[in-house]
Amino acid sequence: MEVLQWIAQIVSAIVVIGFLIFFIRNVIDAADARGLDLGFGWMDEASGFPLSESVIDYDPSKSFGYALWVGFLNTLKVSLVGIVLATVVGLIAALSRLSSNWLVSKIATVYIDTIRNIPLLVQLFIWYFAVFQAFPSVQDALRLPGPLFLSQRGMYMTWVKPTASFVTWALIFVAGVILSIIVYRVLLHYQLRTGRSTYPFVIGTLIFVVFPLVGWFLVGSPPLQGTVPELGKFNFSGGLRLTPEFAALLVGLVIYTGAFIAEVIRAGILAVEKGQVEAARSLGLSQSQVLRLVIMPLAMRVIIPPLISQYLNLTKNSSLAIVIGYADVFFVGRTIINQAGRAVPVFLLIMACYLGLSLITSFIMNIYNRRVQLVER
Amino acid sequence: MKRRMLIALSALMVLAMLVTSCAQVPAAAPAQQEVVEVMVEVTRIVEVPAEGGEAPPAAVAQKMLNIVQDRGKLVCGGRTDLVGFGYLDSEGNNIGFDTDLCRAVATAIFGDPTAAEIVPLTAAERGPALQTGEIDLLSRNVTWTSSRDAQWGNFTTVMFYDGQGMMVRGDSGATTLEDLDGATVCVTTGTTTEKNLADAFRERGLEFTAVTFEDTSAVYGAYEDGRCDAATSDKSQLAAVRSGFANPDDHMIMDITMSKEPLTPAVPTGDSQWFDIVKSVMWVLINAEELGVTSANVDEMMNSENIPVRRMLGVEGSFGQEDLGLSTDFAVNVIKAVGNYGEIYDRYMGPDGAAFTLPRGQNELWSKGGLIYAPPLR
Repeated sequence: MEVLQWIAQIVSAIVVIGFLIFFIRNVIDAADARGLDLGFGWMDEASGFPLSESVIDYDPSKSFGYALWVGFLNTLKVSLVGIVLATVVGLIAALSRLSSNWLVSKIATVYIDTIRNIPLLVQLFIWYFAVFQAFPSVQDALRLPGPLFLSQRGMYMTWVKPTASFVTWALIFVAGVILSIIVYRVLLHYQLRTGRSTYPFVIGTLIFVVFPLVGWFLVGSPPLQGTVPELGKFNFSGGLRLTPEFAALLVGLVIYTGAFIAEVIRAGILAVEKGQVEAARSLGLSQSQVLRLVIMPLAMRVIIPPLISQYLNLTKNSSLAIVIGYADVFFVGRTIINQAGRAVPVFLLIMACYLGLSLITSFIMNIYNRRVQLVER
Repeated sequence: MKRRMLIALSALMVLAMLVTSCAQVPAAAPAQQEVVEVMVEVTRIVEVPAEGGEAPPAAVAQKMLNIVQDRGKLVCGGRTDLVGFGYLDSEGNNIGFDTDLCRAVATAIFGDPTAAEIVPLTAAERGPALQTGEIDLLSRNVTWTSSRDAQWGNFTTVMFYDGQGMMVRGDSGATTLEDLDGATVCVTTGTTTEKNLADAFRERGLEFTAVTFEDTSAVYGAYEDGRCDAATSDKSQLAAVRSGFANPDDHMIMDITMSKEPLTPAVPTGDSQWFDIVKSVMWVLINAEELGVTSANVDEMMNSENIPVRRMLGVEGSFGQEDLGLSTDFAVNVIKAVGNYGEIYDRYMGPDGAAFTLPRGQNELWSKGGLIYAPPLR
């Protein structure tokens, strides 16, 4: 049997590799025949096109490769924030749907069933054109306390920007964080061992707060400076700006993926055996303790694998940003294909980006999954 | 087992990264396979001709004209979203200035203007579609530039002389680019206007924010909604779009020209006969206007004493129809089907045009002070 298995393995490997070689040759031949350049030399040329938003400094004199990197970081930004928020939304929706309160449960059911059955593309259009474009024009922006301004150009809010002494202060801050974690653990360990109250949380938090405060005055000039959005002739300047493209994409992805995550979590919770819950209750644990200490840890084992695929979906779905003008990696890639005329290499790079993101996401989540699985007894 | 898969996957990824990072080498295996699929999807071609898919070298060796004739229709890259140039009428037919060239070429080959299949392409899709030969002809407001000529395909003859303009709301009071310092500008991605915009503001040291969309209607939708202070594109396009706004008079096309934009149809590289056919059809349209031949009088013009007219209509002599592989009277069919250059222009943008009115300006015949000029048909 062992031999047969090996033969099957080898044969299928040959078939797969043969197909791959055939496809590669096909692409090369087709590109040759059409005079397409498959090289990557174009990446150093100046891009020449503007981008509506970037995490790092960008202007049209930067290279195509740099523009793609900007797009990748934008994808990363919306994916990371989206994954965190979608998880929160999903958890709340799942718990609401399982709630014994009829109204809460029905609201959650309607949300989940409606959202899951409307294509994401349609939702993005609605969020962008019907919701975020329907805000007042920038000249008569809604002023919320803060100061925080809401207009169809996005949300502008007072924010801080780093000054020259920021780096020194940041180091002190990080040192404080590390120290507070160490102190917390040591005190907690001591408390668990001796049974004496050492207030690990209070002392840890104190260190966490005091360090940056003392650092603030130690570094001389303030490391952070506030900037307030001010209305110029056309737009606000200063402050932090959240563009409607980013907001629409983020909200769209969070609401959509959140509904799927809710179902994943609900299934996980329902998969926990009734006996476990009853056992926990009979120990005298409160409802929230049962949820936190018994149900969720057990449910996690079921939840994590499908949750990973939802995270991957969210990341990949962010490529739909192209319809609402958010400069993610796919959007920038499409622009480069057109401006540099290099479709094949750009698509390879885009695929490498998504492949990399997917592998990293599943890698991290699988590590977590293994830890959760070990809890099983 | 899991571990082995993880190792295999990471090896694959490393391979992909390696190959993509070292230039000139066509890339990783699984990726390649997908490229083919993606490209087809992106360019929205439903039908992939067998010649193109299976044996590309042979496809190029075969003449484009034969491919088109065997297929029975001309696949023409166009658009459905720009009034006057390529848009849908109330019955859903694709009509417009650019679309009519597709019909003219289809008529020259098949004698039938309906033998043209118009494939709608976005600005970003049109280059790859032409490069890969998935369309026979691209007639969709393409600005002829040197790099596009080198990369995309062969550009034929300028169909429309245009320049980049800037549209703002009338109440903004902006009349020069300097007035737009700090403004937000809506623009279509993958266009020359996108790059010109960046150049124009940068060389003047002006700040601006660009909001870009791939879909033209999204660009103007966002501008009309107020997402942008200005929208930039070719002036003809701005005029066309403005005519469709709810309140056209609220918007003003600034009296500046930021660039020259020769809008030119293009064909895939590699077949000079096909290149010549499209050019000849365009020259017929222009010469017909010059010689006073219209769709209304083409039949009686066949009895004309004028020798250039007789030659063009295939009554006497030849201007190379046989060498092009076309029938001697193809010009008659073309003019009957779509009219001459001036008729096409007037049909959509003339004083009583179906779409809007745009004075011909540079697009007047050379003999009337414009730039429209075609080689003689002889």
